[in-house]
Amino acid sequence: MTRFFAHANYDFIGLRRFAYGVTAAIMIPGLIWILAGGLNYSIEFTGGTLVQVQTVQPTSAGEIRGALDRGGLRNAEIQQFGTAREYVIRVRLSPTAVVDQEQAARTSAKVDTALTARFGPGSFTVPRYEAVGPKVGGELRQKAFIAILLSFLATLVYLAFRFEFRFGVAATLATAHDILTTLAFIKYMNLEVSLVVVAAILTVVGYSLNDTIIIFDRVRENLHKYKRDDLAGILNRSINETLPRSVLTHGTTIATTLALLIFAGEVIRPFAWVMTFGIFTGTFSSIYIAGPILLAIEHRWPGKDARGVRARVAPAVHVAPKPAPPEPAVRP
Amino acid sequence: MLDSIRARLIVIGILIAICAFSLWPRNVTVRTRGADGRMRDTTERRMPLKQGLDLQGGIHLGLELDQSRGKVADPADAIDRALKVIRTRIDEFGVAEPLVQKLGTSRIIVELPGLKDPARAKAIVQRSAFLEFEMTDKEELFRRALPAMDRALTAAGVTERSIGQAVADTTRGAAAPAPAPASAVEQILGSPKDTGAARARGRDTTRAAAKRDTTPQDTLGALGQGPLSPLLFQGQMVGEFMVPEEKVTIVEAMLARPEVQRLVPRGIIIRWAAEPVSRGARAYHPMYALVERPIITGEYLVDARAELDPITNQAVVNFTLSRRGGRIFERETGKHIQDHMAIVLDQLVQSQPPVIRSQISTRGQIELGSASLQDAQDLALVLKAGALPAPLQIVEERTVGPSLGRDSIHDATIAAVIGVLLVVFIMIAYYRLAGVLAVAALMLYVLFTVGGLAGLSATLTLPGVAGFVLSVGIAVDANVLIFERIREELALGKSVRLSIDAGYKMAMNAIVDSNVSTILTAAFLFQFGTGPVKGFAITLILGIIASMVTAIYVTRTFYMIYLERRPGLQTLSI
Repeated sequence: MTRFFAHANYDFIGLRRFAYGVTAAIMIPGLIWILAGGLNYSIEFTGGTLVQVQTVQPTSAGEIRGALDRGGLRNAEIQQFGTAREYVIRVRLSPTAVVDQEQAARTSAKVDTALTARFGPGSFTVPRYEAVGPKVGGELRQKAFIAILLSFLATLVYLAFRFEFRFGVAATLATAHDILTTLAFIKYMNLEVSLVVVAAILTVVGYSLNDTIIIFDRVRENLHKYKRDDLAGILNRSINETLPRSVLTHGTTIATTLALLIFAGEVIRPFAWVMTFGIFTGTFSSIYIAGPILLAIEHRWPGKDARGVRARVAPAVHVAPKPAPPEPAVRP
Repeated sequence: MLDSIRARLIVIGILIAICAFSLWPRNVTVRTRGADGRMRDTTERRMPLKQGLDLQGGIHLGLELDQSRGKVADPADAIDRALKVIRTRIDEFGVAEPLVQKLGTSRIIVELPGLKDPARAKAIVQRSAFLEFEMTDKEELFRRALPAMDRALTAAGVTERSIGQAVADTTRGAAAPAPAPASAVEQILGSPKDTGAARARGRDTTRAAAKRDTTPQDTLGALGQGPLSPLLFQGQMVGEFMVPEEKVTIVEAMLARPEVQRLVPRGIIIRWAAEPVSRGARAYHPMYALVERPIITGEYLVDARAELDPITNQAVVNFTLSRRGGRIFERETGKHIQDHMAIVLDQLVQSQPPVIRSQISTRGQIELGSASLQDAQDLALVLKAGALPAPLQIVEERTVGPSLGRDSIHDATIAAVIGVLLVVFIMIAYYRLAGVLAVAALMLYVLFTVGGLAGLSATLTLPGVAGFVLSVGIAVDANVLIFERIREELALGKSVRLSIDAGYKMAMNAIVDSNVSTILTAAFLFQFGTGPVKGFAITLILGIIASMVTAIYVTRTFYMIYLERRPGLQTLSI
């Protein structure tokens, strides 16, 4: 029987400071970059017009740019979409713009005339066209934010109910970490934040939670089993014991996300990227964020011994205080 | 009881049967455009899995009230009116499964799968509604012209069969010609006099929810009174004709012929009812011969509301006209006491024309007899829709070409097959026999998830397919957890049987807790998402539930069978 990591005994928790460094190195520059430059939201969120064109002859983004410039559309973004015959043209609205449908229709008409002028009639088709008003986009951003927030609350309550409140806090914070690193990843990759990407982020949240809970379940069990061990030891033991499962499940999941990434086409690719990264960050955070946070909480607010949670604090041995040694009497 | 192998196999068998049943190709009612351009219900045999707009291509429109040219007084009410109007026009889009729904309180979503012309869709949606009150043809001008029409049709060599054939040839799955059994109609509708109707139909009719009797039963020759007349039955009032639902296209085709058009009396117009009615086991579509000049139009209407009459406790619609409208209406109703007045919205007659009891000026009441308050509210909405325009602006528009959808399906299918094969390979390579059991359970997982999607009539979207592929990777997790536990127990030196028992038992907590929290996240995703994302969330939720059932219950059953066959088993291939 093949068995990976059957009797693994790595000191995961001991390496946590190194792990913090790694995640900070990924997360912090990305977040600063996001704060400075913002995320590349899709027009679903910003409002605007998207025209996907498919040309008969291969062309380049530069040629399309030139054609649009001549047609008077200077603020368009052009992106190659898979092959050299497919391009996506986006015209975003500034968040304050009051735009009606006619303006969006004008945009699509402008794209049409500009490309016809450059490439000739019948030389391209429009397989996809989207126009979103600014109000719809704003609402959507708000709704996405609320959905993520509420899902946090719900898991916190569920974990507090099934485990202990501190487990819920640790799992939720680990999940927050996943969202931040994923956002940084999205920024590095310059992926477009569309509805589907938001769905991917929420799926990463679910996946990471899932993973954290598998380890916490083992922690819960081991806390009862090994009453004498401290929490760091129990965390290490639990992570090592669940390691074969982690390797296998992450393996099968990675297999599917890679299949999506490579084969499922351009529309799904951002989703697949986010999911692939999410599996790594989810695994990482279950081990290096959720566990250590639990440990930190335990240090700060030691739990009741009756719940079996012991911290790496000075052993609470009840020793009767020694009577102070009698002061040497100095007698004159 | 549920723990014996037999009972478990029965439960699994039932689950398989339910899913297989929900996926079995069945007759689905679809609205398709006939050769004559008319939308009609036809049945199609196919797998009941709906594809989202992103897969089959089509147009998605998001509409809100346009308040840029003056505020709309009661926005919530205006949205309801607009919704009513769009629903009335639903057939004009000419697509099989249009979706018109209210989103929240202020938005209307229109989804038109397969439609390629956004400009037309937008024009239909934004056109303002037109309401007219028209008197029915009380002098029976139309009915008296019927014999002439029949003669003209016969002279032109037109029979019901020839027209029906022409319609059937071009309309896929059109209902077979089936004249109404006259006796059933006689009883309920009065004697089947040879009455008829003519001229062009109203622009379109709304979705017919009625049942259809497709018994092919050709009694045309037996009646022998011309091609058109036998298809029309006298309704409850002058100028109302009942047409068997499956004959509507034929009647329309006959009425549209130039030799019939010429014979329609001057000043008479033919309008179809918005909805079919059922009489006994059959569905009829009422057709009305109306006086073309409306006695009043919607612009004079100020308000309409549904109320319960305090004395009779019956649903009524009270309406108010403007002062000028009141003067016109007073004059007209004075001339038409005891006549029937049709309420026509966008050329379709809404509800049965009520009779005018007395002269009405600015305030009137429509009694609906035994109709429910719901019906009254519906009629009030119709009146208001024609009276108070609810201008709509398009706040969101998405068009996906069918080729893009096809490409997406093609790519996603390849990704799905490769992803599943990889998972199968990993599981069998690592767990051997146990892996084979898990893969068998995975196949059931696929069946349960897809069956569940069909059973809930969820829509399959591209992110949904991606979510499904992803869920296959995650679905084996429960099995992995269990198998790892079993291995741990075996490593402790326990017997095979005990290890399996313990493995399932110990893994249970982790499986339930982790899956419940994932479902919670997916549920919020469902709540927040629109179209594609909703499809993703529902796939994920179904997938998790199905994976719990297959990983825990189904593989356990496999093991029970396996152990029973080999009682003295010492080693386990895991």
